[in-house]
Order: sequence, then structure tokens, then C-alpha cells
Amino acid sequence: MSQEESGLKFSEEAERQFQDIISRYPIFPANKIDPKTGEEEKKDQRLAALLPALLLAQGEFGYVSIEVMDYIAQRLNLEPAKVYSTATFYTMYNKQPVGKCHVQVCTTLSCALRGGYELMEYLEDKFGIRVGETSADGKWTLSEVECLASCGTAPMFQATFSDGEIEYYEDLDMSQPQKVEAVLAQINRRLEGLRTPKEMHDA
Amino acid sequence: MEEKFLSRNFEIEKAYNLDIFEEHGGYSTLSKAFSMDTDTIISEMKKSNLRGRGGAGFPTGVKWSFMPRDSDKEKYLVINADEGEPGTFKDRYIMELDPHRLIEGCVITAYTLGLRTGYIFVRGELQHAIRRLERAIKQAYEKGHLGKNIHGKGFDFDLYVHSSAGAYICGEETGLIEGLEGKPGQPRMKPPFPAIVGVFGHPTLVNNVETIASVPFIIERGGDFWASLGIEKNGGPKLFGLSGMIKKPGVYEAPCGITVRELLERFGGGMLDGSDLKAFIPGGSSCAILKPDALDAQMGIETMREAGSSMGTGCVTFIDHTTCMVRLATRLAHFYHHESCGQCTPCREGTGWAYKVINSIEAGRGRPEELELLLDICDSIQGNTICAHGDSLAIPVRSYIKTFTEEFEDHIKHQRCPFKPWRTGKSKSKVSSAA
Ligand SMILES: Cc1cc2nc3c(=O)[nH]c(=O)nc-3n(C[C@H](O)[C@H](O)[C@H](O)COP(=O)(O)O)c2cc1C
Ligand code: SF4
Ligand code: FES
Repeated sequence: MSQEESGLKFSEEAERQFQDIISRYPIFPANKIDPKTGEEEKKDQRLAALLPALLLAQGEFGYVSIEVMDYIAQRLNLEPAKVYSTATFYTMYNKQPVGKCHVQVCTTLSCALRGGYELMEYLEDKFGIRVGETSADGKWTLSEVECLASCGTAPMFQATFSDGEIEYYEDLDMSQPQKVEAVLAQINRRLEGLRTPKEMHDA
Repeated sequence: MEEKFLSRNFEIEKAYNLDIFEEHGGYSTLSKAFSMDTDTIISEMKKSNLRGRGGAGFPTGVKWSFMPRDSDKEKYLVINADEGEPGTFKDRYIMELDPHRLIEGCVITAYTLGLRTGYIFVRGELQHAIRRLERAIKQAYEKGHLGKNIHGKGFDFDLYVHSSAGAYICGEETGLIEGLEGKPGQPRMKPPFPAIVGVFGHPTLVNNVETIASVPFIIERGGDFWASLGIEKNGGPKLFGLSGMIKKPGVYEAPCGITVRELLERFGGGMLDGSDLKAFIPGGSSCAILKPDALDAQMGIETMREAGSSMGTGCVTFIDHTTCMVRLATRLAHFYHHESCGQCTPCREGTGWAYKVINSIEAGRGRPEELELLLDICDSIQGNTICAHGDSLAIPVRSYIKTFTEEFEDHIKHQRCPFKPWRTGKSKSKVSSAA
């Protein structure tokens, strides 16, 4: 698929970041001459750029649709199938659009002990959805996740905003719901300027 | 007060900035290292008795000596910053509060072993840590601590951050290498070890964040000094992350050999009021669970093994008397099933079976023969898989059953969980607890 066909294109800023990502991985001479061009073949390690490149694309195009994966495959000179198999392995890539704010509550051991489930249920009621769902206004998606390396400040949740920014909110003990409320108010303010991943993707 | 090393800068405001870091002596060990013979550095590392802080506890100096010295292939340094073992949250502190220490350690390591390129493989969720590291790396380049001809010594070293995207199994070193190469993080068969065939097929040293952040102190003060701070075969202080039902959860620095009781009482502030200690997990969820009678065990690889568990990452989870051990085991089995990469049948299927069986016991549908079945499942997983992920389920699950047999039997006998649930049951949460 050519770039024109895919209809996607990184913004100038994202393109700059994309070039920076690619520059981090090596190209080795393969000690072989390409019979067609007579030039030395290079063994390209651009596949290595795939994980960060997909995250960049998600922040840019809202979510990692087939179209986005094809675009990245083309930009990195990869077989689309390689991109699909990697993209489906990692949980941070959303293959479907989520809400403007993806709230991920940790319920692994230390968080479960200190009220991770209570926090999750509080948020379910607050957003009017059950875990795994997206609110009708496209604002919130709520998920349950495994340990986020925040066990000493349990319970906690991670919020991923549609522009790709991630924020940790920690020490959300449900004996003090006002703390959770303050955090949600803060997030709400931040959501004002954001589009939903679907809007970003279809733009 | 004991002298602090790894956590020395945690309380210093903005020590993540290069100028503040340097004001407090940062990057000063580079010139010392550059004036040393590389064989001497390796021998100091061996003398230090530093053990890998990623969980397996392999002696770092010995691992370094496995790196081929005169290979004409380019060699790589990879820092394991995938921190995902439940209960573990220490590397994050180093990356967020003292990122230059890690960079300084990387430069010394690379110089010693002739590595020209390094990647810090960070789990993608830790965006704050990634930002701090990237900024610190940029500052280090500007000051000539990274890049071409570092400190005018003719040594070149490039360091990059590689952001992962959410897969626990990338913490396993060969899964990590796959992830660094842009592939699904499915661990490789060993041998060959990364020291021979690592990232891009080249010799690669994989070390944990805390391991490499310890290197500048060892160079500064000498291997014997570092060894003298710990106990036999376990040198130096390390970071201990304390979580669970205690008054002061957090990350604390203490020498290897400290007892869990001291960690709990001196640093953790003791159990929360109204909470009695029922059990603890010494070093992340893959370790066997211990009862309070093991509180005086020392934090060291061998000492914890003697106590019937392992030191793992040194991050201890304290569990109180209101917690149902069957439910804890259910939650744990869910984790290992969810995070299995699916390559080996015993791990992929076994973790799933273990989860189903424990879950049904917890939900009050267990049958007496199922405890034996669970132990059989653990036996069929352990030792029969490509990586240690399978063992990481089998070891703790077996220990929960053996240590708290009565509680499991009680669930089966009365067909119910006697404990207060973690949740109300109205949620569609993936991890069920009591029906
Ligand atoms: C399933 C699994 C997960 C692991 N996760 C991590 C991790 O998150 N961080 C880490 O440093 N080591 C982890 N390890 C250990 C690494 O494989 C490896 O031993 C370590 O990076 C070596 O560094 P060290 O010698 O400095 O500890 C994991 C191992 C296994 C089997
Ligand atoms: S043991 Fe489990 S995680 Fe490890 S390689 Fe096998 S299936 Fe994958
Ligand atoms: S258990 Fe929730 S962050 Fe570790």
C-alpha cells in the first residue's frame, strides 16, 4: 500500500519523533552484493523501531487500526503480517478505539490487599459502566490491569489520555473518596481539549 | 545513620538534573574507571559480591566475565527496566529520581566490556521514568558523558531508551531481546545465552537497573568495601520495596542480610492498626509464601532459600489476617496465566488449569481430590518450559497449598469462602472472588 492510498500521514512533530526513533537502531552491512543494483546490501534492523513507532502512531491516530498498522509497515519497510503479530502481542496497543481517558485499575496482589477492587467498583459507579466498557459519551474506558510497579502506593490507577500521555494516580485509598474525586476533577479538566481516539482516527 | 548509596539522591531535590547530580559527586567515578585497567574493574566487580537485582541473583562480575572480550562483532548493553513482577516497584525510583546514576553505571559497564551501544528497555507504562531518562541522556550527551570520545578518552558509547508496550514476559531477558527487536516477546531457548547471541544476533549483556546503578559505588569505594556491607556471597546494600498491610509502604535502602522483621519494624512501621501479619512474600509474586515464623530470615539469596523461599527482587508484600489465601492464589494464578506468552504447552495450559481449579475452590465448588490435582499441575509445569515463567506459577501455588492446607481444605469442606470478599460481586471483573 502506498502512502497516498493509506491516507495517513504523521504530523510534522510526530514525523520528527519517528525519525528520532528510527535513528536509534543500527543498520549492519551484510557483506553481500545485491545482484540487481551492484550495491552492498544492508541488513536493516528497522523492525526494532516497531514497538515505539506503534506507540507514537497510537498517540497520533487514536488507536492502532489495520490502516495504522499498514502505514507503519510501509514506513518501516516491513511485511504487514510482522506488524500485526507484534501489535497483537502487546497490551498497550488498542486495536479498537477506547475513551478519551482509559482508566486502568491495578488489582494485583498489593493493590487488591489495599482496596484495588473497591476503587474499581467506585469508578464503575462513577462512570456508569462496568469494567471493560466505554461510556456512551466516549469519555471513559475502564479496565482492570496487572501490577504497574506502584505497589508501595496502592491502590492506584493509570490513566492513558487519547494524546498518548500516561499519568499514574496513586494512594487512592477508598476511605478517602474525596481524594479520588479530586483526581477525577483534575482529569476532567484535562479532557476538555482532547478528542476521542475515534475522532482522531477518522480525522 | 547508615551511609546511603542507591537511595542517596532520592531526597535531594531535582537530583535528576545533571547539575544537581554533579554537585553531589555524580559522574566523578567515570574518570576513576577510565584510569583503571578493565580486568581490574571486572575483578573488583567479582570481589563486590554484587548479585543481579532482577530476581535471579546471578553474580554480576561473573556474568560480565562471560562477555566475549575480543569479538569483532559489535556488542550491546541492555538494561532490564521492564519491572513488572507483582509487588516490585524499586527500579522505577532509580529511573525517576536518580536517572544519571544509571547512566553513569552504563558508561562504566560499557567501557569495561567494550560495548558501544546500550538500550534501556523500559516498560511502556512508566512514561514518567522514560521522560526522566530521555532528558538525563540528552543532558549527559551535552556534557560529554555519552557519545563520541567520552571525557576525551577515545571511548564512544551511545545510549538509548527503548519503550516497550505492555507485556510482562518481556522482563525475561530473552523475551526482552525479542521485544527490543520489535517482535512478540516470546522467550528464546537457552543456550545460546545472550552473552553469545543476544540482540540483533550480537553478544549482549543484560542487567537489571538496580544492578547497574550499583556499579559507580563499587568503582568509587572498591569491591571489598561493597562486599563488607552485606553478608557472605551477597554484597552491598540494596533497595527493598515494602508493600501490603503496613504503616509505611515504600522503597528503603538496607544492607543485604537484613532480616524481614527489621524491614517491617524499622522501615515499614509495622503492620497497620488492626492488622495481624498472616504471611509475607519476600521478593515478588513468584516467590514461595512464608509465615511470620520466618520473619527472622535474612535477605540474601542463600539465606532466603534456606528459609524456604527466595529473595527475588527484594520487594516484600505483607499480608494480613483478613486475607484469604485461596483468593490470593487465585489472583496470582490469573496473573501468570494472563501473562504466559503461550509458546510452551505446560505453561500455557497448566497456568490456565491451575487458575480454573483454584478459582472453583475459592468459589465454593472445589472437590477434595483437587488439591492433589493442583499439585500435579504444578509438577507438570515446573522444569518443563522454555523460561522460568511456568515455575513462577508452580512454586508459589504449591507453597500456598502446603503452607495453608487447612484453609484450602476448609473451602472445599464447607463449599464457601469464609473470608470477607475483596469486592461486591456486581462487577464483571476478570478475576472472580467468591461466587
Ligand atoms: C518471567 C520472568 C520475568 C522477569 N522479569 C524481570 C524484570 O521485570 N526485571 C528484571 O530486571 N529482571 C526480570 N527477570 C530476570 C531476567 O531474566 C534476568 O535474569 C535479569 O534481567 C538479569 O539481570 P541481573 O543479573 O542484573 O539481575 C525476569 C525473569 C523471568 C523468568
Ligand atoms: S514458560 Fe510460559 S512464558 Fe516462558 S516461554 Fe514458555 S509459555 Fe512462554
Ligand atoms: S500490585 Fe498494583 S501496582 Fe503492583
